[in-house]
Amino acid sequence: MFFEAHHIVKHFGGLSAVGGVSFRVDKGEIFGLIGPNGSGKTTIFNLINGFHSLSHGEIFFEGARISGLKTHEICRRGIGRTFQVVKPLKRMTVLDNVIASAFLRSRTKSQAIDLAEETIEFCGLGPCRDKPAGGLPIASRKRLEIARALATKPKLLLLDETAAGLNHTELEEAIELISRIRTAGVTIIIVEHIMKVIMTISDRILAINHGLAITEGTPKEVATHPEVITAYLGADYVA
Amino acid sequence: MRQHRVPLILLAYLAIFPLGAVVPGVLGVLQKAASVFPEWLQVYLLWFTDTYLLNLMILVLMWVTIGSAWNLIAGYTGQVSFGDAAFFGTGAYAAGLLSTKLGLSAWWGFLVGGPLAVLVAFPFGWICFRLRGAYFALATLALNEVMRHIATIWQSLTKGMVGIMIMPTFVSKLPYYYIALGLAVLSIVCIEIVVNSRWGYYFISIREDQDAAESMGIDTHYYKMVSLCIAACLTGLAGAFWMNYNGSIDPRSVFSLHDISIMAILVGIVGGVSTTYGPAVGAFIMVAVSEVFRTGGFGMLEGLARMTNSPATEVVAKYVKEAHALSFGLLVIVIILFLPNGVVGDWPRLKRALWPWSGKKA
Ligand SMILES: Nc1ncnc2c1ncn2[C@@H]1O[C@H](COP(=O)(O)OP(=O)(O)OP(=O)(O)O)[C@@H](O)[C@H]1O
Ligand SMILES: [Mg+2]
Repeated sequence: MFFEAHHIVKHFGGLSAVGGVSFRVDKGEIFGLIGPNGSGKTTIFNLINGFHSLSHGEIFFEGARISGLKTHEICRRGIGRTFQVVKPLKRMTVLDNVIASAFLRSRTKSQAIDLAEETIEFCGLGPCRDKPAGGLPIASRKRLEIARALATKPKLLLLDETAAGLNHTELEEAIELISRIRTAGVTIIIVEHIMKVIMTISDRILAINHGLAITEGTPKEVATHPEVITAYLGADYVA
Repeated sequence: MRQHRVPLILLAYLAIFPLGAVVPGVLGVLQKAASVFPEWLQVYLLWFTDTYLLNLMILVLMWVTIGSAWNLIAGYTGQVSFGDAAFFGTGAYAAGLLSTKLGLSAWWGFLVGGPLAVLVAFPFGWICFRLRGAYFALATLALNEVMRHIATIWQSLTKGMVGIMIMPTFVSKLPYYYIALGLAVLSIVCIEIVVNSRWGYYFISIREDQDAAESMGIDTHYYKMVSLCIAACLTGLAGAFWMNYNGSIDPRSVFSLHDISIMAILVGIVGGVSTTYGPAVGAFIMVAVSEVFRTGGFGMLEGLARMTNSPATEVVAKYVKEAHALSFGLLVIVIILFLPNGVVGDWPRLKRALWPWSGKKA
């Protein structure tokens, strides 16, 4: 078993943001996670990478229990993530952002620089590598999130709305980048609102609403599921 | 190497010129050497052959060490400390107690003072680095006060408010000057190496965004402690130096919130946080400023009062001397408003303001 979330629950005070969700992800696949605003997608990512502690349930990665570990330990085990609300290290250059990340898998600084430069090229950030990260346009910031996560050489990558706010060409480029990441052998869990993106690249999709799973299946199955349509478009649409 | 050129020239100057104060014959040589420069400059070049200025310079160099250490934890790592006196005082007491309790030379304080300051920093950081931002700053403030109270109350060890007195080793100020210079250079080099290594990248990442740093695989708690311990060690060394140089310490002076902890912050921000030479520039400015206030403009105000026989000027002179706490506060406000990155950090802007014509060519 590569990755498994077993009945995970998260309460914030009285609010149950995630109310008992289970899913498995196989090595090499792209697993989509969809749901309306506030349905608990980001919270699930925060549970996986240890930002929040689980109220109930367990998470397993490569056969070992990772729930309860600290965030940096989970990263070391091989789970990288991006942030929906991007977190560039503003007063550092793009290159330095990625170098800081690349140190995790490098013994020396020159190794870290090599890995960072390679990752920056891979993500198409070459032209802005010496610019301060704080001044980048949104599309590049999203890419920087991915580059920084990739520089930790993850086996599993969590992408939280990396295509939000992009224009048409940028969107195409983002899809192309994600497929290249998969080809490089990284398993991906992706959260995305833009249906075009999630439907074209996911192998399987889990739809959630109000912190509960609605259905899981191939993109086609999920897209035609009546409850998913209701959740996204309101009850009237189905009727 | 280019960015280090000016500091290296300055260092060479600082290393050579004070020799003129004591070594006979050297003064003549230096005067001859200085005479190739224009006359107005010669006066300044021979400054440090004067013991009064040498004393001030020793203070400056000590503050370079403390300010650089503060800059590491607060400037680079983003964990603002209001309690540097806790480490400074620990180093000073370590040196002093070695002498009064164990009969050793207080110079052994250089070996013991740093590690002992780390011993204070370690448990403190371990507990308090769970706090973020202003809460951590408040905790350092508390540490400062706790250490001061321990030094005051533990009379059997520290003699309480009476403090510790030792016989100074050297009559001349010159040995102290070179030790302080060595310590300052050591701190700057040490921090420069750290900042350009893996640790430095981690420290700055933590400052920029702790959550991002964690999810990049950085153990933020551990690396904040590393940064604090290095800073504490250097500050402790400065404390040990102070014990040896000043010959007397007491809880109020070495654990002083105002004279040590706040001064460290001022040295850092006036010079410019997270710059290599910012604290050095800040130390120079701050020691000069506090000396001007301490002496009432080098006695100028009192002189004026005597000359004019005006009681008003006398009152002003008195208040200026006592108002240096206030003036420090004003200085901080001015710096934050006009030079938020300090003199070194905002140097291009400052240069344009001071010499508006110099930039026009470019
Ligand atoms: N730290 C927190 N404290 C309290 N409530 C939270 C916290 N984080 C999330 N929530 C709540 O949990 C619920 C799920 O939020 P979450 O951010 O996971 O949604 P999402 O599916 O990512 O939404 P979006 O599509 O807008 O990104 C929301 O009601 C949110 O207000
Ligand atoms: Mg979200």
